[in-house]
Amino acid sequence: MIRVKNLEKSFNNIVVLHDITVSFEPGKTNLIIGRSGSGKTVLLKSIAGLHEPDKGEVWFENILFNKLDFNSKKEIRKEMGMLFQGSALFDSLTVEQNVRFPLDMFTNKSPEEKIERVNFCLNRVNIMNANNLFPSELSGGMKKRVAIARAISLNPKYLFCDEPNSGLDPMTAILIDDLIKELTEEFCMTTIVNTHDMNSVLEIGEKIVFIHEGFISWEGNKNEILHSDNEFLNEFVFANTLAKQLRSSDK
Amino acid sequence: MHGKVNTVNICIFGCNKMQFMLRFLSQLGKYFILLKKVFSKPEKASVYYKQTMSELIYLGINSIGIITIISFFMGAVITLQTAYNTENPIYPTYLIGLGCRDSIILEFSSTISALILAGKVGSNIASEIGTMRVTEQIDALEMMGVNSASYLILPKIIATLIFNPILTLISIIVGITGGWIAGVLAGVITSQDFIYGIQYAFIPYYITYSLIKTLVFAFIITSVSAFQGYFVDGGSLEVGRASTKAVVFSSVLILMSNVILTQLLLS
Repeated sequence: MIRVKNLEKSFNNIVVLHDITVSFEPGKTNLIIGRSGSGKTVLLKSIAGLHEPDKGEVWFENILFNKLDFNSKKEIRKEMGMLFQGSALFDSLTVEQNVRFPLDMFTNKSPEEKIERVNFCLNRVNIMNANNLFPSELSGGMKKRVAIARAISLNPKYLFCDEPNSGLDPMTAILIDDLIKELTEEFCMTTIVNTHDMNSVLEIGEKIVFIHEGFISWEGNKNEILHSDNEFLNEFVFANTLAKQLRSSDK
Repeated sequence: MHGKVNTVNICIFGCNKMQFMLRFLSQLGKYFILLKKVFSKPEKASVYYKQTMSELIYLGINSIGIITIISFFMGAVITLQTAYNTENPIYPTYLIGLGCRDSIILEFSSTISALILAGKVGSNIASEIGTMRVTEQIDALEMMGVNSASYLILPKIIATLIFNPILTLISIIVGITGGWIAGVLAGVITSQDFIYGIQYAFIPYYITYSLIKTLVFAFIITSVSAFQGYFVDGGSLEVGRASTKAVVFSSVLILMSNVILTQLLLS
C-alpha cells in the first residue's frame, strides 16, 4: 500500500499541495482527478520521489520513502514504473532499445532473455513489428504503449501514470485505459493514474481521489462519484452540458 | 536631491551586486553538487562503456572534419602573416616555419580548437540534455533508479578527455602542413627553409603543455555545457538559452584558465 501523510509542497512560495493525507489501495487502479492546475501531477511526482515534499511523509508499505537517501531510493525505484504525460521515450534509442534499457541497466539476463522479455512486453501492449522504429516514427498512442511496455519491463510493484490519455483520440484513450487496468490486475500492481478524463474515471476508477486547489476534496469509487454531494466534484464531473442534462433528467 | 539619488543608486547597485554574488555562489554550489553526482559509482559498467564509445564517435570523431579545416587555414594564415610582417633581410626565412610551429602548438591548436569545440560540442551537449530535461526523459531515468547525471554526463566527459588531445595533435599536424603548403605556394618561403624552421630549437615540453591545456578545456566544455542543460527549467526557449549560455560560459572559462595554465606551466 502507498500512503501519504500530511504532505505539503510549494513552488516559489506558492503552496500547491496543502496537508494531503491519503492512501492508495494495493493491487488496484487508483485515480487522482481534478482540474488542470489543481496539483495532481505535483502529488504524483511527490509520491514517486521526483519532487521533494516540503513537509509530510510518503510510505511504500512500511518504508518511509521520502526520507531515504539517494541510493536507498534508487532500490525502491527499481520496483516502480512510470508513464509520463509526453511518454518520455529516449529519442536516440529504438523501441526495442527503450524497452530493453531497464533490463540492460539492472539485470544480468542474457541478450536472448532480454529480447524475449522485450518482445513479451511489446506484444502485451499490442505493439508488433516496431522494434527498430525510433520514437519520432511512432504515433501518440504507440508512444504511450511503448512507454507502458518500458514501465512494466522489470515487473514493477507500483505503476504511476501521468495523464495517460492526454493528446489521444477517445478510442485510443479507452484502449490505453483498458490496458492499464488489465496490466494492473495481471501483474498485481498498485497503480496510480493522474487524469481529468471522465471516461477514464468511469471505466477504470477503483479508488478515486479528487483534488481541488491543492486539497483532497473527495474520496470514493466510480459508483459513488455520480451521486456525491460535493459541490466542487459535481462541477468537475458534470462540467459539460450533456452531463448536466443527464443529471437533471435523472433527478 | 542629488545626494538622495546617489544614495538610492548606490543601494540599488549594492543590492544587485549582493544578489549577483549570491546567485553566483548558488550556481557554483549546484555545479559542484552535480559533479559529485556525476562521479559517483556507475550502476553498470558495461552500459556506461557502450555509452562512452558512442560519445567518442558523436563528440570526438564527428569533430575531426571541422578541426582539420580550421587548423589547415589557421596554419596557412599564420605563415603568410608571419612572412609579410618579417620582410627584413636580417631575419632568416626559416623563422617563418618556427613561428608557425610555435604559434600552432602553444596556442592555436589547444585554445582556438577548444573555442571552436565549445561552440560545436558545448551547444550540442547543452541542447541534448536540456531537451531531455524538458521532455521528462531525465525524470524517466530517475524513476528507473538510474543516476541520470552520471549516466548522461560521465561518458561525455570521458569521451572528450580521451579524444580532445587526439584532436589537438591532428590540429597541430594539419596546421603546420597548412602553413607549409601556403608558404610554398605563395612563394614566401622555400620548402627546405620551412622544414628547417619547424625542426629548429624544438622544445618537446610545448606539446605536453598544449595537451595539458586541452584536457582542462575538454573538462570545462563538457561539464559546463552539461550543467547548463541539466538544470533547464521550462521549454524550447530555455533550451536555446541554455545552449547559448553553455557556449559563452565555456568560452570565457577557457580563456581565463588559459591565462592561469600558461602562468603555471610556462613560468
